[in-house]
Amino acid sequence: MREITYRQALNEALAEELERDPDVFLMGEEVAEYQGAYKVSHGLLQRFGPTRVIDTPISENGFAGLGVGAAMVGLRPIIEFMTFSFSLVAFDQVVNNAPNMFTMSGGQFNIAVTFRGPNGPAHQLGATHSHATENFYASVPGLKVCTPATPRDAKGLLKTAVRDDNPVLVLEAELLYSSKGMVEPPDEELLIPLGKADVKREGSDVSVICYAQTVPLALKVASQLEEEDISAEIVDLRSIKPLDEKAIFDSVAKTHRVVIVEQDHPFCGVGAEVCYRIQKNIFDALDAPIIRVSQEDVPMPYNERLEHAVLPNAEKLIAAVKQVCYA
Amino acid sequence: MTAMQPGEQRDEVEMLSLMLLIRRFEERASQQYQAQKIGGFCHLYIGQEAVVTGAVAAVRDDDYIITAYRDHAHALARGTSANACMAELFGKATGCSRGLGGSMHFFDRNNHMYGGHAIVAAHVPLAVGMAFAIKYRGEDRVTLCFFGDGAINQGAFHEALNLAALYKLPIVFICENNLFAMGTSVKRSTSLKQIVDRAEGYDIPGEIVDGMNFREVRDKIAEIVDSIRKESHPAFLEVRTYRYRGHSMSDPASYRTKEELEKYRLDDPITRLRAQLTREGKLTNEQFDLLDKRAKETVLAAVKFAEKSPQLPIEKLFDYTYVDGAVAAGVSPAKSGESAAGTAAISEERR
Repeated sequence: MREITYRQALNEALAEELERDPDVFLMGEEVAEYQGAYKVSHGLLQRFGPTRVIDTPISENGFAGLGVGAAMVGLRPIIEFMTFSFSLVAFDQVVNNAPNMFTMSGGQFNIAVTFRGPNGPAHQLGATHSHATENFYASVPGLKVCTPATPRDAKGLLKTAVRDDNPVLVLEAELLYSSKGMVEPPDEELLIPLGKADVKREGSDVSVICYAQTVPLALKVASQLEEEDISAEIVDLRSIKPLDEKAIFDSVAKTHRVVIVEQDHPFCGVGAEVCYRIQKNIFDALDAPIIRVSQEDVPMPYNERLEHAVLPNAEKLIAAVKQVCYA
Repeated sequence: MTAMQPGEQRDEVEMLSLMLLIRRFEERASQQYQAQKIGGFCHLYIGQEAVVTGAVAAVRDDDYIITAYRDHAHALARGTSANACMAELFGKATGCSRGLGGSMHFFDRNNHMYGGHAIVAAHVPLAVGMAFAIKYRGEDRVTLCFFGDGAINQGAFHEALNLAALYKLPIVFICENNLFAMGTSVKRSTSLKQIVDRAEGYDIPGEIVDGMNFREVRDKIAEIVDSIRKESHPAFLEVRTYRYRGHSMSDPASYRTKEELEKYRLDDPITRLRAQLTREGKLTNEQFDLLDKRAKETVLAAVKFAEKSPQLPIEKLFDYTYVDGAVAAGVSPAKSGESAAGTAAISEERR
C-alpha cells in the first residue's frame, strides 16, 4: 500500500484499463491535450496516443451519444463529462439511449459505456455547476451508479465500471480530487464490486449512512462525537445502484439508530429511498425515527455563507445524530 | 439475402420484390393496427420504398444501418423476416426485439440493423459512434444513418454532423425528406431553401437525389460509399420522397392537399421501377403479378405467425434491464413484489 491522491487513483485506473483492453478509449472535453480539466487524464495522451485519448468539442449530447453508438458495436468507451452538471445537456443520451437499448432490442445490444466525471457541489460555483445528479440517474432502470469517496474506492470502482457490460456512471467527488489515501500498488489488480458498501468506521450507537463527499464529513463528525461518548458507525454506500441493502440493514440491526447524510436535494433524494427500505425491512430494529441531512431544497447560491447553509455540514450532522440518540 | 461482392449489383427484380414486400407489409400492418392487434404508435413507409431499397442495394451486408422510428422497411430491407417484423408489432417474443421494442424500435444484430430510434435525431450521434468504431478498428465498413426532415433542426443532429466531419468518419447521413415532420412542412420548420445545405455548414459534401427512383438512389449511394471506402469521410444525401399515409396511424394528413398526394402517387417508386424493367424486357406482367402475390402471401403468413406466437412471460420481465440479469440492480420481483425494488444481498446469491 502507498498513499496517493484520489486524482492519481483515477488516473491509474484509466491507464490500467486502456492498457489492458484495446476496445477501451477515453473521450471528452480537454481530456487529451489539456491533460484533463481536473488533470485526471494527465499523461494519458502521451502514453496511449490520440486514437485512444480523444478531445471533443463542447458537445455533450454529441459525444455522449457517440459513446453509446460505439458501444453498440462492441467498443467500451469511457466518456468524461467535465462535470456531471454538463451531463444534463446529454440527458437524453444517458437516460434514453444508454440504459434503454438493451431492453428495447430484446437483449441484442448491451451498452458497455462508462460515463465519469466530477459530480456534486464544489465550492461557490453557483446553481448551474453544483448539481448532485446521483438521484436523477439512480432512478433510471438500466443504469448503475457509483460514488467513490476514497482514492482506493475511486480506482477500484472505476476499473470495475469499465469492465461492466452495462452503462455505469462513476460520479467522482470534485472536492476530493486532491484528498489522499492508501491504495494497493499498481501491480496489484484492484477491483471493487459495484453494489458493495463499506463500513469506513465501526460504531455501536448510531449508523451514519453516507457516500461521496459526505463520507469525509461523517468521519470527521464521528471523531467529534466520540469525545461526547457517542459511537457512530460510518457506512459508505459506495454504489447508489445497485444498493447494498444488506450492509445497511446489518449496521442498523447493530445500532438501531440512523442518520442518512447525502449530498443531493431532499425531495426524492437518495436518502428517501434508503430510509424507505430500512423502515420496510427492519422497522422493529429502529429505536428512533430516521433523520436525513441533505442539501436544502433551493438552487445553490453563490454566496459562501449561504452555500454553507445549504450544504450538509458538521453542525447539521451532529444535531441530527444527537436527535436520533436522544442525547 | 446473399452476401454481395464488391462491385456486384443486386438483382433489380429482387429489389422490386423487396419494395413490394415492404408495401404489402405496411398495408397489412395498417389493417392489423385498425383491428387493434398492434398497439402504440405505428408509422408507415408507404411511398418511400425506393429509398431504403436503393440504399441496401448499394452497400455490403456488413455495413451498419440505423434509422429513426419509421423503421419497418429498414429491417425488412436488411433481411429481417416479415415474421419477426410482424411479431414485433404484435408484441410477441418471436419479434425482432422480442416484443420489447415495438413498431419504433426494430433491432436485428445479425443483419446489422441497429434500430429503430424514436427520439427525433437522438440516434444520429449513435450512428456517428458506430462510424467512429469502424475507423477506430481500421475497417472498411460504412454506416448509413437514415432520418427524416424533422431531425435536421435538433441539436443532436448538428453536434453529430460536426463530430463526423471533425473526425472524418465513414458515414452517410441520409435525410429522407418526405416534406413533413409530422404535420409541419419543411417550409414551416427550416430556414434553408434546401435541406442539403445543412451539410455545407459542416464542410460535408452533400447531394440531392430523387427518392422515388430506385436506380438513382442506389447509384448515388454506391458512388458515395465507394468514395468513403477509399478514404474515410462523412457525406450527406437529401433524398426527396413522399409518404402516402399520415405521419402515424392516427393522422388523417389534413395538412396537405389531395392534389399533392395524387401527384406523388403518379410517381410511385414501385410503378416506376416496374416500368423501367418491363421496358427493358427484364420483367413481364405475369412475373410482376407473381412477385406481388408472393409478397402478399409472405405478409399474410407473417400475420398468422405473429398471431400464434407466444408473448414473453412476465417472469422474464427483469431479464432485459441489465446484462447480468434482474439482479444487477438488486431487483427481486418475486420476493419484494415491487416494481424496481430489491436487495444487493439477493444479487450476491444469484451471482
